[in-house]
Amino acid sequence: MPARRKAPKRRESVRPVRKLTPTTNARKVYMITGGVTKFAKAHPAMDFRLMVKRAYDYALKGVPNLTPDRIDGSRISYFSDHFTRQLKAASMVQDYLGLNPKGSVRIEWGGATGGECFQAGYEAVASGRMDLCVAAGFETMSRVATWKGNEFIALASDTNFDFPLGGFYTGYYALMVVRHIYEYVRQTKFASVPDEREAQRLAIAEASRIMSKVSVKNHLNALHNPYAQYPKRLTIEDVLRSEMISYPLTREQICTMSDGAACAVFATEERAKEFTDRPVRIIGVGTGTDTMRLADRPFGKVPLLPHERPRDYEDLPYPGIHSFRAGRAAGMEAYKMAGITRPNTELDFIELHDAYASSEIQTYEDLGLCKYGEGYDFTERGDPFLKGIDYGFPVPKAGAIPVNPSGGLIACGHPVGATGLMQAVFAFWQLQETIAKHFQDPALQLARPERGAIHSHAGTGSSVTVSILERGFR
Amino acid sequence: MTARPAVFTKFRDVQAELERSGSAIFRDADGVESLIIRNPYAITYIHSYAEDSPFFLGLAEGRLRGSKCRKPKCGFVYATPRGHCMVCGAPTEWVDLPTKGRVHSWTTCHFGSEAFLKETPYNLAMVEFDGVGSLLLVRLKECVESDLYVGMPVEARFDPQPKYSITDVWFVPSH
Repeated sequence: MPARRKAPKRRESVRPVRKLTPTTNARKVYMITGGVTKFAKAHPAMDFRLMVKRAYDYALKGVPNLTPDRIDGSRISYFSDHFTRQLKAASMVQDYLGLNPKGSVRIEWGGATGGECFQAGYEAVASGRMDLCVAAGFETMSRVATWKGNEFIALASDTNFDFPLGGFYTGYYALMVVRHIYEYVRQTKFASVPDEREAQRLAIAEASRIMSKVSVKNHLNALHNPYAQYPKRLTIEDVLRSEMISYPLTREQICTMSDGAACAVFATEERAKEFTDRPVRIIGVGTGTDTMRLADRPFGKVPLLPHERPRDYEDLPYPGIHSFRAGRAAGMEAYKMAGITRPNTELDFIELHDAYASSEIQTYEDLGLCKYGEGYDFTERGDPFLKGIDYGFPVPKAGAIPVNPSGGLIACGHPVGATGLMQAVFAFWQLQETIAKHFQDPALQLARPERGAIHSHAGTGSSVTVSILERGFR
Repeated sequence: MTARPAVFTKFRDVQAELERSGSAIFRDADGVESLIIRNPYAITYIHSYAEDSPFFLGLAEGRLRGSKCRKPKCGFVYATPRGHCMVCGAPTEWVDLPTKGRVHSWTTCHFGSEAFLKETPYNLAMVEFDGVGSLLLVRLKECVESDLYVGMPVEARFDPQPKYSITDVWFVPSH
């Protein structure tokens, strides 16, 4: 045992209050590297620490001059202590990465945990608190059976009023899309059908066919992404015929449980230049919130984006349960900070939180890629599809604004605490134009993208983050 | 010496083995072996309904109660009660809700979380009431998927043997 050192003598004097001179200000922040593990149903050979270590090591490999002593601290995210059954798991990650005694904080924000961790890493640098910050996240959902996992996730709904009715998030999203279809498809395309029940059934069938195209898109894009959990070629019929989970949502329209980790590294302009010649700047961040209970959502007015007019939504009670006001709020904040007024032309792509094919379409509208009510037509036109990929149906406007070029949550998987960071890493590689290198396949690389958004979403839309990334080099 | 746990190359087989013997070895495609054990966990919470208590006590008496903002200028009425008004922050008071309403949205769950799997398929509905500003999420019984539609008139039923849960009330089609 080492000899005990003598405690220093304490000086009991009252020091005068020293006037502090603030030295911090919002600074330019760059993402300089990132890494992800392959998302899988289960990674039994890795616990959460090793998964994060793999993603972290991959990230550090991308910046060979960066030695760990230059890292100022970290932000570490995971959603559920139930899945890990290990409290303070973020401390164990910090420990395993060898980052002690640097500063670290655990981030949790429901399904948007990864997106929030991304913004926490950004903020650590923007505020001047750190010059170089690691943001890392994980989830190990294979540690319980799938339906127990659904129960854990449903505990993120009001446990007095919502959970005891069935405790099932797919059920909540089904309630939302049935109303979305009622507002926007029943009332328009099927307005002339006299029998109410029949009109609604026809509208749901039509909307389900279009939602299935989102599922086909994301699974097919993922065929070129080696990190994705469920890449596959599907037809609209395959999606519609897959098992009914909660009417009208079928299995192939829903993301799955996953094990996985992801890591993003943020730096000041000066540090970024030191470590990479292809940095990506974070030019906008936004978060939005809404009531925990779907039942409490108001019926008010749409907060308008710069390109929208009050007459666009004269009779629309908003958000009700058909739209995500939190997503709209997060988008508005991020767009304002970045100076974006026409998102569908000023963004080149979006990695969007498609936990459900339905919520991808709802989110097109929240983020202003099209107006509220136009999400299904927008999908039919093909705007969010990639050019040069055969989806098995016509996509005339493919490439207009690709959404989930990586395959999204539906095909990549959704290890909650990692998901938002995974989106960041894929967006980062897109903007760096290094997709071919990291995926060993150039198919998903967009031609010289300037700007992209990542969108992370929690609960029934109770918290959402949107971040805007921009190419930071010429 | 006891035998080594059985080795499996498919993860789903591991789970069955855990139920059987409590331990298993998973061998992945790279030949890496991981020892996996069954690790049960059960908790009983001492859960207080706190300010929501009158709602659940009301259900046991066959009463459906919402809350109304006490501030006269606001007066917002909530179907799912809140102790304080979301709009103006003032305290609310208890009010009886109509027992008849309409389906604002609905779904039929063919799966559910583990605790509810045995009850599938079940219907969930968001119910709207005249003169009430927010909705109530409930189970919808005595009807099947093909009967349901937005706007369908429904009415409340109460469990004569209350469990002090939101499931003490459910709705049925009203004729």
